[in-house]
Amino acid sequence: MMNSSPINLSLSQLGEMLQAKKISSVELTQTFLDRIQQYNPSINAYIALDEGKTLAQAKAADARIAAGNTAPLTGIPIAQKDIFCAKGWQTTCGSKMLANFIAPYDAHIITQFDAAGAVNLGKTNMDEFAMGSSNETSYFGGVKNPWSFDRVPGGSSGGSAAAVAARLCAAATGTDTGGSIRQPASLCGFTGLKPTYGAVSRFGMIAFASSLDQAGPMAKSAEDCALMMNVMAGFDERDSTSLNREKEDYTRDLNLPLQGLKVGLPKEYFAEGLDASVGKVIEAAIAEYKKLGAEIVDISLPNTGLSIPVYYVLAPAEASSNLSRYDGVRYGHRAAEYTDLMDMYNKSRAEGFGAEVKRRILIGTYVLSAGYYDAYYLKAQQIRRLIAQDFVEAFKKCDVIMGPAAPSTAFKAGEKVDDPVAMYLQDIYTISTNLAGLPGMSIPAGFAQSDDGVSLPVGLQIIGNYFDEARMLNVAHQYQQVTDWHERMPELVLPKEVK
Amino acid sequence: MALSIEDIKKVAHLARIEVSESDAAATLTKLTGILGLIEQMQAVDTTGIEPMSHSQDLSQRLRDDIVTKTNLRDEFQKNAPALGNGSTEPAVAGGLYLVPKVIE
Repeated sequence: MMNSSPINLSLSQLGEMLQAKKISSVELTQTFLDRIQQYNPSINAYIALDEGKTLAQAKAADARIAAGNTAPLTGIPIAQKDIFCAKGWQTTCGSKMLANFIAPYDAHIITQFDAAGAVNLGKTNMDEFAMGSSNETSYFGGVKNPWSFDRVPGGSSGGSAAAVAARLCAAATGTDTGGSIRQPASLCGFTGLKPTYGAVSRFGMIAFASSLDQAGPMAKSAEDCALMMNVMAGFDERDSTSLNREKEDYTRDLNLPLQGLKVGLPKEYFAEGLDASVGKVIEAAIAEYKKLGAEIVDISLPNTGLSIPVYYVLAPAEASSNLSRYDGVRYGHRAAEYTDLMDMYNKSRAEGFGAEVKRRILIGTYVLSAGYYDAYYLKAQQIRRLIAQDFVEAFKKCDVIMGPAAPSTAFKAGEKVDDPVAMYLQDIYTISTNLAGLPGMSIPAGFAQSDDGVSLPVGLQIIGNYFDEARMLNVAHQYQQVTDWHERMPELVLPKEVK
Repeated sequence: MALSIEDIKKVAHLARIEVSESDAAATLTKLTGILGLIEQMQAVDTTGIEPMSHSQDLSQRLRDDIVTKTNLRDEFQKNAPALGNGSTEPAVAGGLYLVPKVIE
């Protein structure tokens, strides 16, 4: 056994220790399982845990290490967002609808992690069907932000976010349809990457809005995200939108200097709606990039404000179609009492879905219904092209775009839950990259003081051109070589036991 | 375009989600707010702009016409819901799923 705790080590450090047999995968996994047992009852980051399955994988990883047959993530415990099917695991997507669903097969990325010898630590909490920005729509309850327990971790990948921030896993997976990796990464203070649409297979990932959904890594550093991407990305025949490109090494450019890097600052990302305290942190991060040799270019993404209305037509439209599969016939919730088939559908769906999911299905059904299709759906698709073209123009002037990932730091639980429109504005800086299909990431850039005097993390967003993930990871990694924001860890204060 | 309670009921029917009278009223308020947000789109002139359904310009891949999937019926049927109306048995029989009678 080792003397100091391995929870803060990077994935490559953990990999080296495992391969040098300074720690076994079983020991490392048990360390995280013990932390989960201690903190999860308060934080609620995990929906499903299965120590038997997890430790069996850790034992298999140790056997593999003993045989000298290792890959970079062999033996490392990873938390999986509960949107990914993992064979034999409860897979709920945060919904009552799937509360009893045991996945009969593995999602592509689960297969990839298994092949790499990684250990599945458990399934993490999330907004129901990934619809939310605070994790408050989960059927399994909200998740605490490890930096301040009365605040939300962001969403929809809130469980993975809290697990990474609280060191309840070595790294985690998430999905990002409108900001669900980057906004929680910002609110919980770690590194999260949404890859180019099509880079990571959607096979076995429960669908929300198929033209926008993209899986990505959530981890302590850019280097860790690069190692995760090496496992997650790649062509998969079973996803019709998976891009058939040559396999790449996402760590290849990490150490390149940033001299001459052109950083575009969109004026729309620093306009009204951005908290001044967040803006200050972002400006300081930009100043740091100047010191690293970056050149700052002013750019404009004039249609940014339209990304929210466009998204709230397209995403609900796609969701209303995708979620029509939950009819209570073959799997998922079926009402206990019903009169006929129609009544069974109506009641099963009314009972199985939560309020926000129902709202989005209804909006989606409305905008697709006869007489409204042109005014809403077609119009939104046209503006989607304008938004994508804004980026094409911007990338003629710069290599990467920077700005805030979220307009504010973590807000208090319950604060926006009854006001969907206020909640939707959380994703003002992230949604347009999903609409355009571009890669985006959030990295820790510092802390801002809340009104009630709590110091909360702020994320810097880095947006790249299509397939520029390796470059973005390089840009993030170089910043993380000269700053230590990404190494900060919240002090977890458990509520005192009531005796 | 102002939404009415009747619109909510119609859309809920199309979406196969039962809404009670009180739910319909609450839903109307929330959906009216969301549609207000969406209305911002109408100020944009989109004449002649080709709709964008997807970020990548992809064509449908073709594959050889051979069987690639294995039969997982038994595996899938383990997730069948309980039959309902007093029975907690899985809603399956002889490899089929059971639903209320729809053809007389």
